[in-house]
Formats: sequence, structure tokens, C-alpha cells
Amino acid sequence: MTRPALPASSAERVSRSWWRSNQRRLAPWLFLAPGMIMFAVYVIIPIFQSMWISFYDWDGLGEKIWIGLDNYRELLDDDAFYTSLKNNVIWLVLYLLAIPAGLMIAIFLNQNVWGMRLYKSLFFFPFVISQVVVGLMFSWFYAPDFGLFYRLIELLTGQGIAVLADERYVTYGIIAAGLWPQIAYVMILYLTGLNNVAPDQVEAARLDGARGWRMLWYVILPQLRPATFIAVVVTVIGALRSFDLVSIMTDGGPYGSSRVLSFYMYEQALSEYGYRMGYGAAIAVVLFAIMMVFISGFIWKMWRDEAER
Amino acid sequence: MSMKRTGRTIGALALGTALALAGTAMAQEKRVLRYYADYDPIPLAAMEELIADFEAANPDIDVQLNNFDHEGYKTAIRNFLSADAPDLANWYAANRMRPFVEAGQFMDVSDVWQENNLYDALSSSVASMTIDDKQWGIPYTYYQWGIYYNRDAYKAAGVELPGPDGVSWDQFVENCKKFQAAGIDCLTTGTKALWPGAGIFDYLSLRTNGYDWHMKLTGGEIPWTDESVRKVFAEWAKIQPYITKDHAALDWQDAASLLVQGKAAHYVMGNFAVGVFKEGGMTNENLGFMVFPEITPGIPRAEEAPTDTIHIPSGAKNVEDAKKFLAFVASADAQTKLNAKIGQLPTNKYSTVGDDPFIKAGFESLSTASALAQFFDRDAPAEMAKVAMEGFQEFMVKPENLDRILDRLEKARQRIYKK
Repeated sequence: MTRPALPASSAERVSRSWWRSNQRRLAPWLFLAPGMIMFAVYVIIPIFQSMWISFYDWDGLGEKIWIGLDNYRELLDDDAFYTSLKNNVIWLVLYLLAIPAGLMIAIFLNQNVWGMRLYKSLFFFPFVISQVVVGLMFSWFYAPDFGLFYRLIELLTGQGIAVLADERYVTYGIIAAGLWPQIAYVMILYLTGLNNVAPDQVEAARLDGARGWRMLWYVILPQLRPATFIAVVVTVIGALRSFDLVSIMTDGGPYGSSRVLSFYMYEQALSEYGYRMGYGAAIAVVLFAIMMVFISGFIWKMWRDEAER
Repeated sequence: MSMKRTGRTIGALALGTALALAGTAMAQEKRVLRYYADYDPIPLAAMEELIADFEAANPDIDVQLNNFDHEGYKTAIRNFLSADAPDLANWYAANRMRPFVEAGQFMDVSDVWQENNLYDALSSSVASMTIDDKQWGIPYTYYQWGIYYNRDAYKAAGVELPGPDGVSWDQFVENCKKFQAAGIDCLTTGTKALWPGAGIFDYLSLRTNGYDWHMKLTGGEIPWTDESVRKVFAEWAKIQPYITKDHAALDWQDAASLLVQGKAAHYVMGNFAVGVFKEGGMTNENLGFMVFPEITPGIPRAEEAPTDTIHIPSGAKNVEDAKKFLAFVASADAQTKLNAKIGQLPTNKYSTVGDDPFIKAGFESLSTASALAQFFDRDAPAEMAKVAMEGFQEFMVKPENLDRILDRLEKARQRIYKK
């Protein structure tokens, strides 16, 4: 107690002043740190781990065997991989229909009628319910013998179609189920966007004689660009990571014809019969590469927009 | 890693002795035996009863059963075996346990077999529980497969009922034509989950080329493009047109309801389906069972009898009591009681079987069979099973794709078995 506390307190002063002088520089990093650490541990590092695993032959339990690019070589010669890839492309293209459809409904709902909030929430409803429930509902809808859709087709043509058992229609049947909530999602994005459309510009355009399609195309849509951008991003990513509906409605069947890459990856690496971690990882890497094309496109566009401002 | 494990074992042992000492003092403390399983409601109740009996016989042991969802269990087991191993875990016999055995995650329990004279009592299951000349678990139940049929559908189509020995294959195909004329699916199945289709393939394969050939095929020794494989599919093609058309969109229970409603006449299924048929309103009066008809004359009759098993994970902490539990499960009395409750067959040959006609028929069919197969997805490695069962499903939808299917399976065979 009686000992002079000078050295300690001087050290303290030094550290405090170091903190003072660097505070402004350090504070943002400190605030970012928790998020960055989480992102690194749960996203960045696993990406590289997956790439690493994809060079191995590994059943997830025993020894890993280094096989270099063999998993990728096998992918090139794997019909199931091409089926999945083709289905992913179909998903991507058809899923984008959610954007015009969501826009139409949003414009339709963007009016002041009594009870409009109720109607809006009803249209939004499919997005709120879980994908699992959506999948179940649609598989009953398509079910042979008792499904509404099956019965309807039977009534019209005399011959029912079991959509989920037919390799020609199965992917489209699942995409239709996926579009239902996706349209609702896009609709909400556009509804908030429409709230921000400047009324004076609409007024001015109206005075200049613009209406209908021209009004939509030249006046409304340009103002909705941020909403459209987000809608495209979520739809493209939603299409590429489609998994739950495939898993629930068909399990990739019939005979693997409704597989998509994410489902095929799961099947190979983690499912009941899948013990091929390396091969699954290779599929994941391919899927990641495809996603990267889009994601970097989006980031580039965002960066450009920021720079323009 | 090994340091950690020994440390933990010593700790567990110390804890065990401490508990045992405390047990004598207080008679309250019990040694815990953690058991992970995947029972459906009826077997769960039966197993809980068995556990109660075991605890009554061993008052110092407390069995903690942690029951998983049946499908979820199949993926969960891979995590918990390495991350947090229980003392006991459910799984399946034959090739289905091979990945865990080869990864060293199941414990060799041959000593339980020796000490309890199980090589004799469980003789029918020795082969399916053996890898590398060691036994890796204890079978507690199995069940027969065969053809379940609806007698009312026979009446509706005006087809003569099968006799006590079933029907001949030619007669079966002939009958199918009559069922079709009456608007009834001769054979139903629901292949959404793929495996029901493998039941049909297995029987066609066992009847066309025999058990040894079938085992060679699932063991990867026969090319799928071989002429003998085509013979099996040629028989399948005879009944393919009479199989429920949209089976790829149906779960096995959906197809069961087709049989119950009389929209279908036959169903190649395991005996666990009887419960579903009866829940749907069928009785011993109109539900029939027959063994799958002979195809190639003179081939010894083999049957499918998938066996459910209990194993000790290598990471188990209370191995001694786990082995005690396995010995109890293997005993004739415990198996008699358990299987009477779940309506399946005991694997212990000194057990007695229930009074149910389907259990009796199954016992009859299996005890006179020349050999027992486990089921395609247990006899073949997991990856091969998946690819092949997809092929079976495709063949039943599009038999014209046979060449493509077989080429694909052959490619898979060359990759999967070369290791």
C-alpha cells in the first residue's frame, strides 16, 4: 500500500492515451468484430473447408483419402449432375416470373379501398407459412386419385396427370409451388416501393398525357428500381438454393428427375444413403461458383450505383 | 484424442465405482445406461415394457431411452456416434451397419454372443450380424416379406383365390390380366420413398436366380449388364403393366389404402404393413398372405427378413451394463414378449410366436426358407442401393429405358465396389 504506485500508473496513462489517440480508428472495428467473427466462422471458413473436402474421398466417418480432382472429373460424367444443373436453370428462369407477377399484384393492391389491409395481408399469407406446409399442400393438390388438380385434369381430359410422378412435369409442378410464396414476397417489396413513388411526378406525367403501359414503363418502374433490384436478388438466390420443396414434395424423384444441385449435394453427402462427403462438397462448390457469378454481378452493380451517387 | 478418451473412461470407471459404493449405501443411486432409438409408437411401448422388466431384474441400472423420429434418426446417428455416443443405439443388420463398423464406431460384442450361447439361439442371424468374423450387435426382431392380398378384390374380379401354397408364377401373371379387365391394379406399390420397389426386385431376383446369385449381385460381383440380370427384369416386365400407374407419387401407406379399398389386389410388403391394413378396416377374413411364387423351378426358396438390431457405440461410457442389456434383449423370454407386442418375429429360436395368423404364416415361411436376405438397401452398400432403387422405380414407369438403367447401374457398380 505504501509502495509508490508510479510505474503502474504511468503505464496506465500510456495505454489510456494510446487508446484515446486510436479510439476513432478502432471503434468501428470493435463494433464490426462480433459480426465479422461470426461471418468468418460460419460462412467464410466453411466455404474453404468445403472446397478442401471436395478433393477427398471421405464417407464422413472414416479416413479421408486425397483424390485431387477426381470428384470433379466424376461430376462431368454424371447424368444426375446434369439433370440437377438443367433443373436449376429451369428454376432460375421460371422463378423470375415471380417479379412481373408480384408487380402486377402489388399495383392491383395499391389502391384505397375499404378493407385493403386485409386483402394485402391475405395476398401476403403464402409467404408467412412455412415452405414445408406449402410443399405438403401442393403435393396433396397434385396427388393422384384425390388431388384437386388431378381431378380437374381428369374432368377436362378424361385422363388425370400425377404431376409429381411424371418426369416431364415434376419440376414445373414444384416450381409452381415455389412461385406461390415467392410472388407474395416480391409483392411486398413492390408495395413498399410503391409507397415511395413520388405523387407529383405521377401527377405531372398524367398532365402530359401518360397513362396505362407508358405510365408504368416510363414513370413508375424507374422509380421502383431499388425494389426491382432487391426482388431480382432474392428471387435468383431463392431459385438457386431451392431445396425444401424438392425434398418435401418428391425427394428428388421420380428416379431423380426433379433433383436440383442443392438437393443432390444433400443426397450424396448427408441423406439416408449418402456417405460421400467429398462428392457432395464438389457439388456444393459448383453451386457456389454459379451463385458467385450472380452475387458478384449484384455486388458490382451496387458498387457502381454507390459510386455514381 | 486417445488421451482424452482414456481419461474419460477412467473418470467414468471411478464414477461407476463411486456410484456402486453409494448404491450399496443408499440404494437410490443408479448406474445410467443411455439408449438412443427410433421406435414407432407400438414398438416403443413394447420396448419400454422390456426396459421396465430389465430394470426390475437389475435394480441398480437406470435405462434412459431417448427416442428419435424414425427418418431423422438415420442422419442423427452419424453425428451422435462421434460427438456424444450413447451406451446403446438402434441400427440395422448386414451391409447397413458396415460404414459404422469399418469406421470403428460400433463395438465388437462377440463376447456377448459367446457367453450367452447366442450362436445357437440366434443362429438365423449370425451371418447378417457378422463382419470380419466378429459380431457387432444383437438382433431383437425381424419380420417376413411376402405378398399381401385382398380377398374381396379377388371376388370382385372373379379370380380364384390362391391355395395354401400360393399360386404359380404363370397363374399370377394370368390373374393379373383378369384384375386389369375388372379395373383393379393387380399389384400395387408406392415408390416415392424408393424402397418398396426394391422389395419387388429382391423377390424377382431371389426367385429367378436364387439366393447365392442375389448375394453376389448385391455384393457387386455381377455386372448389372449381365444376361442373368436381364432375366430378372424380363420377369418383371411381365407384371409391369399391371402395377399401379402413379406409384412414383405414392407413399407406401397410400398404396396400402389402395389395397384396403379393393382398388388393388396384391402388395409386396413387409409384415409391418398388416397394422396399416387393419387400421384401414381389413380383417383376417379378407386380408390374405402368400409367399412370392416360384419362378425358376427347383431354386431353393429364400425369403426377405430384415433384422432390426441394437449396438454398443465405441464411445459408450457404460459398456458393462450395455452388454448386460444386450444379453437380456437376446434372451428367449424377452424376445417372446417384445415381439408378441409389436407383431413381429423373435430372432431367438427358443422364443414362441404369437397367435396372429400373419405372424404364424411368417414364421412358417421363414423357418422353411433355405436362406434369408436382409433387403436390398441392407444387403447392398448404401450408395448402390440408392442408385439401384431409382433404377427400379424408373423401370416400373418406363420399362423401355431398361438398357439405359442397366448401363447406369453398371457404371455405379464399378465405382462403388472398387474400393
